[in-house]
Amino acid sequence: MTVLTETWIVFHRQMRLSLRNPMWSILMLSQPLMYLFLFGPLLKPITAQISQGATTNAYQVFIPGLIVQLGMFGAMFVGFGLIAEYRAGVIEADRVTPASRMALMAGRVLRDVVVLVVQSVLLLVVSIPMGLRAPWDGVLLSLLIVALLGATFASLSYSVALITKSEDALAPLLNGIAMPLLLLSGILLPMQIGPTWLQRLSDISPLKHVVTGVRALFRGDIASSSSLWGLFWVVLLTVVGLTVGARTFRKESA
Amino acid sequence: MIEARGLVRTFKTKRGPVQAVQGVDLDVADGEIVGFLGPNGAGKTTTMRMLATLIKPTNGSATVAGCDLAADPVGVRRRIGYVPQSGSTLPEAVAGDEVVDHARLYGVSKAKAIADGQRLFEELDLPGLWRRQCKTLSGGQRRRLDIVMGLIHDPKLIFLDEPTTGLDPQARANLWQHIRGLRDRGATIFLTTHYLDEADALCDRILVIDHGRIVAAGTPEALKQQVSGDGVRLGLSDPAQAPAVARIVRELDGAVEIETDAGGVSFRIPRGGSVLPGLLRQVDAVGIELDGVEVHRPTLDDVFLTMTGRSLRDDGPGVPADEPEQQKEVVV
Repeated sequence: MTVLTETWIVFHRQMRLSLRNPMWSILMLSQPLMYLFLFGPLLKPITAQISQGATTNAYQVFIPGLIVQLGMFGAMFVGFGLIAEYRAGVIEADRVTPASRMALMAGRVLRDVVVLVVQSVLLLVVSIPMGLRAPWDGVLLSLLIVALLGATFASLSYSVALITKSEDALAPLLNGIAMPLLLLSGILLPMQIGPTWLQRLSDISPLKHVVTGVRALFRGDIASSSSLWGLFWVVLLTVVGLTVGARTFRKESA
Repeated sequence: MIEARGLVRTFKTKRGPVQAVQGVDLDVADGEIVGFLGPNGAGKTTTMRMLATLIKPTNGSATVAGCDLAADPVGVRRRIGYVPQSGSTLPEAVAGDEVVDHARLYGVSKAKAIADGQRLFEELDLPGLWRRQCKTLSGGQRRRLDIVMGLIHDPKLIFLDEPTTGLDPQARANLWQHIRGLRDRGATIFLTTHYLDEADALCDRILVIDHGRIVAAGTPEALKQQVSGDGVRLGLSDPAQAPAVARIVRELDGAVEIETDAGGVSFRIPRGGSVLPGLLRQVDAVGIELDGVEVHRPTLDDVFLTMTGRSLRDDGPGVPADEPEQQKEVVV
């Protein structure tokens, strides 16, 4: 049996479980929707100013941030589900099968990516009547970026979950990482409007470059240096995330 | 079916390394039910997890179901079934789905998994529960579902970790029947337990483990014979006569551990049943009145006490619990 078949079996099981209890996926979507409806309108009058004249469409600035946020936060907390599975003995039961350790992780990550992409598409569809206008190719590339980002954060979340094996340790750890990542990524407001020191600080965060890249894609600047850097960083993050995840799954099975 | 030599497992804990298993040799023949008996923290689960490829031995080697543990863990996994203590199904999932998905990870086709799974549900007394959510099953049903999960790829060797812990007496007796049934179908079974009655009732052979070492091995009968004889207790209506009775007992061939207390005299002697008639006549002859006589065959608890100097029920200090691996043991 190939790794792909095994991945599919794990994915299929996870997907069935998610569909049986879709509440969680819906709740995850409610957060960006609230940002969209309750925060988005505040940006409208200052769009030209915060985008430095690049666009006057508030949603071209704001939606890219929201879907990156969705990719990051939606995937970041999947580790909790893994701890529940660990407690129930499912991880142990998986590990006594001859299935590849890589497939045990990949199938779960794939489920997370599918859920995220569906959520992102829903978010985009809802944004159209609110005034979002963006080119197709840019949006599709952005969805790819969200998928890769989701895969990265899901793998990392699973790794941390497998190592800590405790919700009590995972929750503060994830929140501790999520908060600075969110603030320094320019998801809510572009970092360019901040003071220089804050901009320099945010330059350290690869996520900021990803958000900037997705914003460029939404404006249609597909081949701009911003969007290429965004792509570069997300691919790099994905390689790192999946490697760490696969290593942990292998190592944990000793 | 299993041949292990010098298995050692050391865990890193905050207080330094702990040797949970300190050089275990064991052999299990085809078609046997072998019980791994020991108190909590003796190293039972750790040894079993090593043999089931879930943790790597720090030292030592083993051949399990014909495959080398270190060189071919995937080969071992294909041929064994492992029923962990913690269960193996998600409460929210549907029982039949969990079984089929598990089977497919072994490369079993979906159609065969469904057919075999439903047959096992019948055999293990789970009729009509195929479409039920796992969390709606009773403790005994959930345990039997775990066993179905462990059997779904028709393994030749089955590991059961504390199979009846947490079950009521009726469910335990029922599960024992099923475990014997597995052996009758030609499977080899290796189980851990800290229940003496379970080891006694179920196992062809018992390995007693304490502090990470095997301290005794043999059939339940042979182990019990290692304890010097049966326990005999003579109850007295008049406690003042205890010393006189003790004097008579001391004359008997092979009587040991003679103890007197307010209610009577206790001792151990080989073949207690055949010594008793003569003893009773002697006691009667000197005019001592007994108000009761008990003979009890040695139990595995007596064996354990003899081997280790403490009762199986004492969870003494020593090696920490069997699950240090569930602590923060692995660092990326």
